[in-house]
Amino acid sequence: MTVQQRQPEGAQPFRVVVVNGGTSDPSSTRMLADRIADRVRTLAEDRDEKVATDVIDLRELATEISTALVSQLMGPKMTRAIELLGRADAVVAGAPVYKAAPSGLFSSFFHVLDNDLLIAKPVVLAATAGTARHALVVDDQMRSLFAYLRTMTVPTSVFAATEDWNSKELGERITRAAIEVLLLMESGFAEKVRSESWKSYQHEYGSAGGTELDIDLSTDLMRLATGGSAKPNRKT
Amino acid sequence: MQFGVFSVSDITRDPVSGETPTEAERIDGILKIAVKAEEVGLDVFAIGEHHNPPFFSSSPTTLLSHISALTERLVVSTATTLITTNDPVRIAEEYAMLQHLSGGRMDLMLGRGNTAPVYPWFGQDIRQGLPLALEHYNLLHRLWREDVVDWEGEFRTPLQGFTSTPRPLDDVPPFVWHGSIRTPEIAEQAAFYGNGYFANHIFWPTSHSKRLVDFYRQRFEHYGHGTRKQAVVGLGGHAYIAKRSQDAVDEFRPYFNEAPVYGHGPSLEEFTKGTPLSVGSPQEVIDKTLTFHDAFGDYQRQMFLIDHAGMPLKMVLNQLDLLGEEVVPVLRKELAARRDSESADAPTHAGLVRAKYGDAPARQPRPNANRGDNTAGDMPYQDDES
Repeated sequence: MTVQQRQPEGAQPFRVVVVNGGTSDPSSTRMLADRIADRVRTLAEDRDEKVATDVIDLRELATEISTALVSQLMGPKMTRAIELLGRADAVVAGAPVYKAAPSGLFSSFFHVLDNDLLIAKPVVLAATAGTARHALVVDDQMRSLFAYLRTMTVPTSVFAATEDWNSKELGERITRAAIEVLLLMESGFAEKVRSESWKSYQHEYGSAGGTELDIDLSTDLMRLATGGSAKPNRKT
Repeated sequence: MQFGVFSVSDITRDPVSGETPTEAERIDGILKIAVKAEEVGLDVFAIGEHHNPPFFSSSPTTLLSHISALTERLVVSTATTLITTNDPVRIAEEYAMLQHLSGGRMDLMLGRGNTAPVYPWFGQDIRQGLPLALEHYNLLHRLWREDVVDWEGEFRTPLQGFTSTPRPLDDVPPFVWHGSIRTPEIAEQAAFYGNGYFANHIFWPTSHSKRLVDFYRQRFEHYGHGTRKQAVVGLGGHAYIAKRSQDAVDEFRPYFNEAPVYGHGPSLEEFTKGTPLSVGSPQEVIDKTLTFHDAFGDYQRQMFLIDHAGMPLKMVLNQLDLLGEEVVPVLRKELAARRDSESADAPTHAGLVRAKYGDAPARQPRPNANRGDNTAGDMPYQDDES
């Protein structure tokens, strides 16, 4: 097999951020997410590419997440997490399944992020559960959340129930998801969307983790702000 | 530089005593707070506008005109006047009246408020909140500057030859602050008209407020009102002071923990670290407030929230003593020493009169008889050029 190098010589390594919703130590969710991130790294190395991985353990952010839910205050750990995600080339998002849904901690973390923080970023979705009956939580529930955030979720989601840890198919799915996310990173898709189409998404001043600070002075509202007329198409 | 206090007019249960004041008690209390603010040497008292319990301040100009009658030096203001759901014609009339009654010791801050249900109560649509605010101010601006206004817009019935009365005191419109925390259009409007810009600067970190203040300064200069330093900036702040640092924390914590808006959320320590709140000794409050100047440069007005979350009147009056006697005098001295001579003065009626007329006498409009028809008849005032 010819290996084609896609990461330009001397470029920064791909930045993969693992978001781990598992709360125990060791956590099977964290193990699963780490397996995926590690597979991305080894696959990249086979192609002479580098990957740098950061991990956000949501357990450590639990009180800051609940604070952010009920007030507008982002604590220092949330701020760091947002910075990491804003810079990420890809995300591995792993949730434990509680009561037939991704854990509240996991969902809440993504609920308090700006809507435009993760636009077009490649994401591997992963979940763990005590029973295979929860297998569709990833595709049914997590995928819709990430669709709302307009991320580029990879086709293969990775679910691991207790019995999957003994199966070699889990490793194959991990590899498949890892290749998918690596190819998306190599394609530079997220960067291209950002450079060519960023403005076509809805943003608020200061969104995208505080980086969205452009002010368009040519809008109807800006015309109105400077003594002009409101556009006569009021919908009531 | 002006220092003052602003209140949202909440009537909140005191979490320590368990008592909720009556509306009558709280309204009486706010008068005592305003009068005390002048006594201890503060410059400004401002009140919010709300139209639902547990707030009392539905009629800010009535309250403020009474306060101005009880005081001699204090500037009365708002935080904020709802530019969205009020008819700008009524704002023009009521605040011009307040300006006359207070002898020019007033200004106002325009905002969109934080209560969604208020829009339908006044026949408006929250989805149009921003264009409403912008268009309403455009009209308000003209009503105070033109004796006869013909106007047509999207959000209000047209005006044909309308005269807002009384004309502003000395024919100088009240000074206007545009309050906003995250809306560039509001900052742009403030800059376009050369008005003041106020950043609430309470729940968000200073870095957040600084972005739009900087934008406003840049646009103020762009529109030719002066340099960036001459732009007029006001900031909110939030403090609890006690002689000893630990007493401040102990006394304030139960009110903080139960406060509307941020209660049951971040800890006092997290909130103090992440926002402009300072809780501590006079020196600690002074030090934190001086960091605002480090971030924003010279500014013209510093308001403090010291009266909310069910704090009893005695506690608030005690805060005013400490603020007036130990905090503000030091801040005045420190900030005067840092001040660039190019920076704008704080807005006052006298300053605006001087800017408009120099040493010449101010216009004193005298109506013609039998008005009501500005479209076909004489002009409304004897000195109008027809």
